[in-house]
Amino acid sequence: MNMQEPFERAVEQHGATVLRVCRAVLGPEADADDAWSETFLAAMRAWPELPEDTNVEAWLVRVAKRKAIDLARARSRQAIPTDEPPEGPAPADHPDAEGLWDAVAALPERQRLAVAYHYLGGLPHAETAELIGSNAEAVRRATADGIKGLRRTYHTDTSPKGAPR
Amino acid sequence: MTADQYTPPDGHLGGHTDDQPDHTTHTDTHTDPDDESTGGDEGTDGTPGEIQYTDSVEENLTRHLMALKMDLATRAERGGVLDIAFHEVDSPVGRLLLAATAKGVVRVAFEREGFDDVLETLAEKISPRVLSSPRRLEPVARELDQYFDGQLREFTVPKDYSLSEGFRLAVQQHLTDIGYGHTASYKEVADLVGNPKAVRAVGTACATNPLPVVVPCHRVVRSDGTPGGYVGGLDAKQTLLTLENEMVSGCP
Repeated sequence: MNMQEPFERAVEQHGATVLRVCRAVLGPEADADDAWSETFLAAMRAWPELPEDTNVEAWLVRVAKRKAIDLARARSRQAIPTDEPPEGPAPADHPDAEGLWDAVAALPERQRLAVAYHYLGGLPHAETAELIGSNAEAVRRATADGIKGLRRTYHTDTSPKGAPR
Repeated sequence: MTADQYTPPDGHLGGHTDDQPDHTTHTDTHTDPDDESTGGDEGTDGTPGEIQYTDSVEENLTRHLMALKMDLATRAERGGVLDIAFHEVDSPVGRLLLAATAKGVVRVAFEREGFDDVLETLAEKISPRVLSSPRRLEPVARELDQYFDGQLREFTVPKDYSLSEGFRLAVQQHLTDIGYGHTASYKEVADLVGNPKAVRAVGTACATNPLPVVVPCHRVVRSDGTPGGYVGGLDAKQTLLTLENEMVSGCP
């Protein structure tokens, strides 16, 4: 059976999460808004054919990651063909990970991009380096620093709520 | 900027940032204002100021999402994927839900019908590509305002009868033949559609009218002159009949 839920509900329930994902990759500016719109437009197009038992949030987060990475590529004016990025570890598919998205978004620019492209977008460091105008080694370091930062802020923020580490 | 604003809500819960002061240095400039008070607990007792700050962050996010949603509806409309737009309006007979396809108004619903249920039915029967979007409903909302002001006697907006079929559809399409300020009995309507014995079926057709007010099923009453049932409740039916009666007899 295909989806029969009014699409409005998907926007209501998951709009904020999708925005967090987009901002984690693209920063809090207009690009993230564009990625949000692209995500929901694509989702709305596909909605009637979606199997009814789809985990809508996880599906939307996947679409959002792809749209955000595509937009980041376009922004860097590199005509890299947009083949599907491989699915990464994707901790944010977990519904309780909202705090994690915020923590990613709060990282310094370079670390945020390095973490977002590598872990959320599944890009190798070399490709991330091309996107943000750097080299693979610097990106690897920025990623490691970003993860270190996340361990600190994400743990600090969530441990009182008993979130899993 | 927004990212920084997200930290305070949880920041005051994690008062142990002073565990590793060395490692925080290069992110400090960027993040959590609470980090400035790392040395002690004075910032951790949840001052009212902090709470207001949190609220306004959430409000900003809500407002921002509303703006994004409106923009989404516009783009969906332009891209031809907005199969059903809906919007709620106030009226003298209570809150009304209005829904329209690209063809025209497809549903007018009273609050007692349950707007969530109505939207679910629309999604199942027509398309789940349903979004809140006032723009497509502006013409019918305007005509409803004029109608309730006594300024409009016949709705001219395009109608989409997709939710009806067969005999019910035939009855509903004939209801517009009953003029403003007039009433007809269920029996008379049965005669009108050329099926004099189908009095009960006429009742059903009226009760399942997807476009009440716009398609005037409220003008169908019992043979003895009492109002009979109404999808919007008896009070609503009486309000509509009284309004039309007063406008026609010129004594509001």
